[in-house]
Amino acid sequence: MPNKKIVLHFSKNLVKEPIVYKLIKEYNLSFNILKAKILPDEEGIMVMELSGDEKDYKKGIEYLKRSGVSTQPLSKDIGRDEDKCIHCGACVVMCPTQALSVDRKTMKVIFESEKCIACELCIEPCPTKAMRLHF
Amino acid sequence: MSKTIKEINEKIKKGAAVVVTAEEMIDIVKASGRKKAAERVDVVTTGTFAPMCSSGVFLNFGHTKPKIKMQKVWLNEIEACAGLAAVDVYLGATQMPWNDPLNEVHPGKFTYGGGHLIEDLVAGKSVRLKAVSYGTDCYPRKEAEASIRLSDINEAVMCNPRNVYQNYNCAVNLSGKTLYTYMGTLKPELGNANYCSAGQLSPLLNDPEYRTIGMGTRIFLGGARGYVVWNGTQHSPCAPRNSKGVPEVPAGTLMVMGDLKEMTQYWVRGASMAGYGATLILGIGIPIPVLDESIAENCGVSDADISCPIVDYSDDYPNATGKVLGSVSYSELKKGSIEIRGKTVPTASLSSYSRALEIANLLKEWITRGEFLIGEPQRPTPGTDSGIKFKSLKTK
Repeated sequence: MPNKKIVLHFSKNLVKEPIVYKLIKEYNLSFNILKAKILPDEEGIMVMELSGDEKDYKKGIEYLKRSGVSTQPLSKDIGRDEDKCIHCGACVVMCPTQALSVDRKTMKVIFESEKCIACELCIEPCPTKAMRLHF
Repeated sequence: MSKTIKEINEKIKKGAAVVVTAEEMIDIVKASGRKKAAERVDVVTTGTFAPMCSSGVFLNFGHTKPKIKMQKVWLNEIEACAGLAAVDVYLGATQMPWNDPLNEVHPGKFTYGGGHLIEDLVAGKSVRLKAVSYGTDCYPRKEAEASIRLSDINEAVMCNPRNVYQNYNCAVNLSGKTLYTYMGTLKPELGNANYCSAGQLSPLLNDPEYRTIGMGTRIFLGGARGYVVWNGTQHSPCAPRNSKGVPEVPAGTLMVMGDLKEMTQYWVRGASMAGYGATLILGIGIPIPVLDESIAENCGVSDADISCPIVDYSDDYPNATGKVLGSVSYSELKKGSIEIRGKTVPTASLSSYSRALEIANLLKEWITRGEFLIGEPQRPTPGTDSGIKFKSLKTK
């Protein structure tokens, strides 16, 4: 029963296709869209969490490839430079998934990378630039 | 019962002084009362680690051959104020490089500014110096360039006109768009509430009427020993206070000074506030000699006893309306969310409480080991009876 975060790249001509609809409907996969972006004259990018039966998952990924959607595992992630983090808390209120939280006993900022969806909202407000994007 | 600073210093020298952090003092005063606490404890240590914009350093580069009277000076493209003698400058923490895009594309990133440059100097990094002048008979040179490190130059003295704010605002945003402020990013429609004080660990909240803190008080400054040299700018001791004498709004401030060459990068950090600017995050700790019961009681202050005003940074702050939305205690703020106008608003701190505690503990160690003596104030910090009024600037 895989539960994987993947990045989908849609080329310009695919943006109008109901690809995700088919993926769900025909391959019995459940999904959670973490991020979707379509910019003028650019490809569309979608970060989603896919879960379902192992067989269905493989078929689904094959379907995506056949349709011209390139996929890759979500390798982009947010990391914290421990030397730079001063444990203020400016990032915590920006995080939509509670990957960043404050341990109320020590008042230190905890970063749980497994909860992080790489939305990047914490990067800009960090005063010491401790939150970083890795590819 | 009362003690003098001299008596406390004698105890420190003998390694016999009882030193506790302001956090530990809360329970001591609660459990044994102010009288016994004053008898038992000699020194209470405080700390704060937060962005402090009104900071900077005086630098003296030494003379070139032939000499130059530096009229304009840049360090890594950041202009330092050179309106002093030939090779003296003052470098401010919020100054930006001349070629930085600032807020041209809003919100600007402010990746590298004066605060970062100060951090680089402390870290021992090489910095590019450029200077120009008009030339005089005694200082004929018109241009000079050099790569310098902190160890190469004569003096580097941190002198901060306004640090260690006694209490501060809790900033919120009532508008419909994101705000980029010195209090951090404020999400629209009360998306978050940002505060900036170490609360119960904050130096001036533990000595609210400045009975022990004045010019000459020895402090922890950026990892080194520094001094209080004056009250800070915008010092406002007559601000409203609660029944315990604790200010309910931003009030007292201190001017502090110390040798940059002795400081450590861990406690001197450049910071970028998106859409606002660059600044310096600095660690400061002040020891409070427990001279009598009343000082002991003051040092027993806890987050629940300290409240701060909730201010809207979309209108009331920038337009100086003086309005506040309410007040909230630091114990509530520290829980992670507060109620404003019926809405649960997540809170965030810009001041690092865990680092403030580290400072209070370090200072405790230094004093306990007899390595740090209490400085006797030579000029009291103007207090509640000073009649000081907080002035604003009238434009024409």
